[in-house]
Amino acid sequence: MTLLLGALTIGLILSLLAMGVYVSFRIFDVPDITTDGSITLGAAIAATLLVNDVHPLLATGAGALGGMVAGTVTGVLHTRFRINALLAGILVMTALYSVNLHVMGRSNVPLMQAETLATYGETAGHFVVGSKDFNFLGWRIGSADAAVLFSAGFAVAVVGIFLFLFFRTNIGTAMRATGNNSQMIRALGANVERNIILGLALSNGLVALSGALLAQYQGFADAQMGIGMIVWGLASVIIGEALVGSSSLGLTIVGTVMGSVLFRLLVAIALRWGLNPNDLKLITALFVFAALVLPRFVRRKKSKLIQ
Amino acid sequence: MIEISGIHKTFNPGTVNEVRALRDVDLIIDEGSFVVVLGTNGSGKSTLLNAVAGTFRVDKGSIRLADHDVTKWPEHKRAALIGRVFQNPFSGTAPDMSIAENFAMAASRGKARGLGWALSKDLMTSLEERIATLRMGLEGRLDNAIGSLSGGQRQALTLLMATWLKPSLLLLDEHTAALDPKSADQVINLSSEVIQRDQLTTLMVTHSMQQAVRLGDRIIMMHKGQIVHDFRGAEKKRLRTEDLLDHFEEIRRREQLDENTAAMLNDLYI
Repeated sequence: MTLLLGALTIGLILSLLAMGVYVSFRIFDVPDITTDGSITLGAAIAATLLVNDVHPLLATGAGALGGMVAGTVTGVLHTRFRINALLAGILVMTALYSVNLHVMGRSNVPLMQAETLATYGETAGHFVVGSKDFNFLGWRIGSADAAVLFSAGFAVAVVGIFLFLFFRTNIGTAMRATGNNSQMIRALGANVERNIILGLALSNGLVALSGALLAQYQGFADAQMGIGMIVWGLASVIIGEALVGSSSLGLTIVGTVMGSVLFRLLVAIALRWGLNPNDLKLITALFVFAALVLPRFVRRKKSKLIQ
Repeated sequence: MIEISGIHKTFNPGTVNEVRALRDVDLIIDEGSFVVVLGTNGSGKSTLLNAVAGTFRVDKGSIRLADHDVTKWPEHKRAALIGRVFQNPFSGTAPDMSIAENFAMAASRGKARGLGWALSKDLMTSLEERIATLRMGLEGRLDNAIGSLSGGQRQALTLLMATWLKPSLLLLDEHTAALDPKSADQVINLSSEVIQRDQLTTLMVTHSMQQAVRLGDRIIMMHKGQIVHDFRGAEKKRLRTEDLLDHFEEIRRREQLDENTAAMLNDLYI
């Protein structure tokens, strides 16, 4: 049961990353590899501040802000200096590796003693439930685990609703149009370059927020933790679209969260069944490959059958 | 009112692909005038439109629009003064977004976009009324993705979007060329209706002599990046399709002559 709760919590925390990837990949049509660096940056900033006794909320916010700066840099490289979006992301991701090491001062910062949002959640859980664990439909559930899961769900809901509302404002609508038809929105007076920069800042801010929360949940920040995270995000977005479709903005956001949680559950189950953890990234990559290719393949087969 | 003076544009200068697309073009368009631009392929008529729209900066010369010197303004800033309809019906609308959302963006053309709701109640009601006048049955489908509509419908909507806020200048770039004859007719009728009703200053590029004769109060003919004819007033009204064809033929002959003379001179002296 603890395993399930853990998987759900991590799935929810990483759904913030998935929403970030949704913004860059689906709304702006940019596969932004900055993600791999900015999730670590968020974790690194938050962890370093936490070890130095900064308030957890402040540390988390600072982590998210760091990601926004990273996204802005990628955006500026792409729009102002006309560097291919993919390459701009690679450059910033590579640079962030050094930045992250500098922020942390070493390759790993443990958060054993520090007060974090996770410890806050645990304390709150004890306080509300009044005991170390409680009975839920016949399962013994740690009140701390439940409280952390609940808080993560709450945070994700807040961010998801914010995102949904934001993309329905004038500026948000113009940002969506930027990815959909940049010529059109430029002719209607929007600064396409600025919108792309804003979008990548928003995307990487979400990713770094996810990293900051993840570090607090798992109790450490690590220089390597970002490797392959963009593929993780892509997988979540794609699963989400398979689950609920992509007909409306709200549905897609909900789908992305569901995709992330479901994917994490699948991974937890696979690991439980004896999947070698070293194969995880390979399998994630294969999965995304299949998800990208299969629809086209199936369509071609179908049209052949009809003929 | 728009004043174009002495603009030059050369694409790929100094390479084998060098194209002198605009060569010293002067043009003054009065407030409320509807100018049709004709010309052969590569005559520079679309380049002229794009120069005004700000797709690129001109090499020389200046462009003044509604008392602003817009020569150095980027495209998105000029959009505050200019409404545009493109040749490609897919260019003017965001396909995955709803009709209403597309209009919401048109309703804030050239304005600072803030955190207000894109789809305000006021917009929706005026939108429904306006779209009903198209008689295309689209008023009940404002939430549908615009990409699900036909090219003609999309072009009609693009025109409404471009003129939703009255532009100082309306640019129509062969906006019916990619449509079937019936849709092209509809869109042209709608265009002239909107232009007349709002007294819009308009610059329209077309390939169609019939459109040129039927519409507008002035025709300019372009050739090799220059304006070679300018018909206006009574002369424009008298003009028939045949006359225009004659003028094209004349241009073509003069050009042939030039080339032949050049070849002859080349043979004789070099």
